[in-house]
Amino acid sequence: MLASTSRTAMNDEGRHSVSFDVHRVREDFPILKRRIRGRPLVYLDSAASAQKPKAVLDAMQVAQETIYANVHRGVHTLSQEATDAFEAAREKLRAFINAASADEIIFVRGATEGINLVAATYGRKFLSAGDEIILSELEHHSNIVPWQLLQAEKGIVIKVAPIDDDGNFLLPAFEELLSPRTRLVAVTHVSNALGTVTPVRAIIEAAHRAGAKVLLDGCQAVPHMAVDMQALDVDFYAFSGHKMYGPTGIGVLYGKKELLATMPPYQGGGEMISTVTFAKSTFKEPPHRFEAGTPAIVEAIGLGAAADYLTALGREAVRAHEQALLAYASQRLSALPGLQIVGRAAEKAAIVSFVMEGVHAHDIGTILDRAGIAVRAGHHCAQPLMERLGLAATARASFGLYNTMEDVDALADALKIVREIFA
Amino acid sequence: MLDELRELYQEVILDHGRSPRNFRRLAEPARHAHGQNPMCGDTLDVYLKIGADGTIEDVAFEGKGCAISMASASLMTETLKGRQITEAERMFDAFHRLCTEESFDAATAGVDEDALERLQVLAGVRAFPVRVKCATLAWHTMKAAIEGGAAVTTE
Repeated sequence: MLASTSRTAMNDEGRHSVSFDVHRVREDFPILKRRIRGRPLVYLDSAASAQKPKAVLDAMQVAQETIYANVHRGVHTLSQEATDAFEAAREKLRAFINAASADEIIFVRGATEGINLVAATYGRKFLSAGDEIILSELEHHSNIVPWQLLQAEKGIVIKVAPIDDDGNFLLPAFEELLSPRTRLVAVTHVSNALGTVTPVRAIIEAAHRAGAKVLLDGCQAVPHMAVDMQALDVDFYAFSGHKMYGPTGIGVLYGKKELLATMPPYQGGGEMISTVTFAKSTFKEPPHRFEAGTPAIVEAIGLGAAADYLTALGREAVRAHEQALLAYASQRLSALPGLQIVGRAAEKAAIVSFVMEGVHAHDIGTILDRAGIAVRAGHHCAQPLMERLGLAATARASFGLYNTMEDVDALADALKIVREIFA
Repeated sequence: MLDELRELYQEVILDHGRSPRNFRRLAEPARHAHGQNPMCGDTLDVYLKIGADGTIEDVAFEGKGCAISMASASLMTETLKGRQITEAERMFDAFHRLCTEESFDAATAGVDEDALERLQVLAGVRAFPVRVKCATLAWHTMKAAIEGGAAVTTE
């Protein structure tokens, strides 16, 4: 597995004494050998879902072949081993985001479920009519709709923090929205559509000064950069496994222990109870209180392996590699006539959204596909953002740790074909 | 690769995509429906003015979308003007088959063969299954307008 790969890589905070050998790293991802319509796959859709390294696939298969049983139930050996592996994965995720305690790591299906969980438990219990929450114009639908559902039920007020035309989060305008009624700020850490990295430290500090809690949607952040719950002092942080090279169907909701302790259960069922009688049931402490039913055991183990994989590569090495890809892609693409990059925030993750004069994003996507290049075309589940930018759709190339400068060249070359066809 | 793409993006399609015909809104009491493809965000409004005898006296559309959806809507308006709504509905079925069936034979469709021949330029979507919805969005919306539905989605 990954340890066998060669990086001279270093510790997590690694100074840059290392060369990140992307061609070696690519060997870890079996799917990258695929050809699409006779051409080598150029996968530029990692922001939608990232490909899986062998380390993750193997960890899941080995778990099922050797230690699989239900968790937290059996007295038998396999159940104990499965429970140990499942809880070890929780500890890996704790370390991955530097949470203070593994009890602050709730396994959920993904960021969507994590945000819904906060809305349905914390939101329902602590928010009432007239209370305010603040979102931003950058949000993915998954960080908008759960709050609208809560709004319909509770009569809370939703305010929206603005961005500028380059996609920068406007901190002063955000601070003006904070009021004594602000209970929660729920914003993205990295925009899935534009790549903007939001000023989360300043957002959290300002929100806390105003007495509000903060939830960050970390889906697009965790694959690209090291995140540290204790340094951020964030209250809730949600992310999906499949965008950080782990399996689908698993993700993490981080919540500060003292907050989780005050929250009612999300779903009822087995696993989350202490005692059940027909008169009354009592519930376990967090995190198990929020994990009703048999969890995604194998997927959690796979996600633990993904966290290990990223850590072993070195988060800083991955970030530096992707920043180089971003810089090169931005340069190559902006040089193409009629192409405009959408989202030019000062700080970005390796996501390049763009439009081409006279060509719809969907047509770009089709033509690139014929060249073996996978990009996303559309509104990126961020329709309010598209409306803010006055666009119906963009094409989006999103980079992962396995992408190369040659991938960028392939993209730029194929975009010339788009121009030819639509000339 | 280029051959298949040129087959999809034929000159007629690029032309209609760039300069769609009948791209306007019809005043009341035209029939109208709104169509959208949630996957890509394409939206279309189709307007039909239908005479007492069931003739489509005027048909127009407005919307935003890819070259395929715009061209298909544009070609549709040209095709349907002056026809009976019953024929328009038969053409809807024929067009759908044209976009999806490799062995589709226009002669067996029971509609005006020449008209269908003009729509043949869109048959290239067969090789691009995810794009069939783009080609058929306008037709679904037109059908909804005839049937009195207000909105349609191709998801």
